[in-house]
Amino acid sequence: MTHENEVARRARREFLRAAGTMGLGSLLSARAVTALAAQSVTLPVANGDRPLAQYPQKRPLILQTSRPPQLETPFEVFDAGVLTPNDAFFVRYHLAGIPTEIDPDTFRISVKGKVNTSLQFSLADLRKLDPIEYVAVNQCSGNSRAFSTPRVAGGQLGNGGMGNAKWRGVALRTVLDMAGIQAGARQVRFDGLDVPVLPTTPDFAKALDLDHAADGEVMLAYSMNDADLPMLNGYPVRLIVPGYFGTYWVKHLNEITVLDSVLDNFWMTSAYRVPDNPCACVPAGTAPKKTVPISRFPVRSFITNVKEGAIVKAGHPLMVRGIAFDGGYGIRAVDVSIDGGQTWRATRLGKDLGKYSFRQWQTALSLSRGAHTIQVRAINNIGQSQPLEASWNPAGYMRHVVETTHVMAA
Amino acid sequence: MRHTFRVRIFVTGLAIAGGALADTLRIELPNETATLKLGPGADVANGHCLVCHSAEYITTQPRDKPLAFWKAEVEKMKKVYGAPVPDDQIDPIAAYLARNYGLTPP
Repeated sequence: MTHENEVARRARREFLRAAGTMGLGSLLSARAVTALAAQSVTLPVANGDRPLAQYPQKRPLILQTSRPPQLETPFEVFDAGVLTPNDAFFVRYHLAGIPTEIDPDTFRISVKGKVNTSLQFSLADLRKLDPIEYVAVNQCSGNSRAFSTPRVAGGQLGNGGMGNAKWRGVALRTVLDMAGIQAGARQVRFDGLDVPVLPTTPDFAKALDLDHAADGEVMLAYSMNDADLPMLNGYPVRLIVPGYFGTYWVKHLNEITVLDSVLDNFWMTSAYRVPDNPCACVPAGTAPKKTVPISRFPVRSFITNVKEGAIVKAGHPLMVRGIAFDGGYGIRAVDVSIDGGQTWRATRLGKDLGKYSFRQWQTALSLSRGAHTIQVRAINNIGQSQPLEASWNPAGYMRHVVETTHVMAA
Repeated sequence: MRHTFRVRIFVTGLAIAGGALADTLRIELPNETATLKLGPGADVANGHCLVCHSAEYITTQPRDKPLAFWKAEVEKMKKVYGAPVPDDQIDPIAAYLARNYGLTPP
């Protein structure tokens, strides 16, 4: 998969360079370039072939579905830098009525419901308020779902349904304070411009408990990695709920409603729920007795620079590096094992970009001649880590097993 | 180059004194390319399933699932997503899906 991707990118780069040299750049459409690169990837699961497709403001990404768009980030992007570029950031919608045209001058966000004063904010209004900024991972609840065993229905993502960006915007608390929360308020509901195709389909809206919504960190973001958000990532404003799965990160956010009840809609009470136990899991193939809305990311870690099945030099230092993250407690340590998890050795952590960010790590291994497994696990600041065996739930949410990479040292 | 192809920035108004000039962001989504397999039942599957989503929602699913899996999916589309699938069409659609994308032999 990654090799093909590299080939695709190189071919595309070469083509663009040649086209530029010949002065043909302006005559060629992106469609033609994509067709010339004509690439696909194979996720390491059955029925894992996926085309690479180029969507607006995006580089070629793994096409999971085209309507509505679901685009996965090719995994090598996570080795190229700690921040995920906007044009490589994954895309996930639920409903095919997505906005394709937004005028930032007329766009408004309304704040209403159990507030003293209903308010409307333009983009310019938001930009005048005190900004906040932090780096945070967004991850799809179903990231890595294709690896669920037994397999489950849903978007069949590999590990690229995640990304790490620097978000800038206004704390939700700021606008809630301006509107004035009334007594008896319990939750805040978030709705965006995307709509269902049919009026009978439940509109996509999510809610957070008021205390969470007003924690000063939940953000109305108008900037992603120092640029406008790409349309497909929620332009012009999306909700940022750091440490929480992407289902709450409502895109094209235009309605904020304070409720005196708990939101009772399909997207809260039926979808995006996990077994109500510490592992959010049940025995494979069984149904949970009780569920709760999905919430924080469990701890995850990945090797980003050594590919599955790689052949490496025996007896020479092998630099191994990657990323780790969790739901907002911060990563304390990342360890690797080359003996199937019997013993673990510490790695060196990279710069701390904040408790919601990817944390880079690296170490050097020396492998004797033969087949090896390299495993990686992270531990967060409250001692949570990752299971050696994958846990399972019916929707394929929250995968966070210790990742294993097989290599041959020769 | 690819940015200018699909993303066209239009100037929507004149700058007014003291106000910033902002541009409407418009995107054009690529055409869908995936299709469902031909064969008995394809017309009814195309007619119902592809109203709300593209064919990859079906074609990328795991292929190791029995008829019951596909029937549950069709029922879910009707019951929770409000797809207007007549009751007597649920079985034909599920059968088509299982035959082409599941364990039921063609």
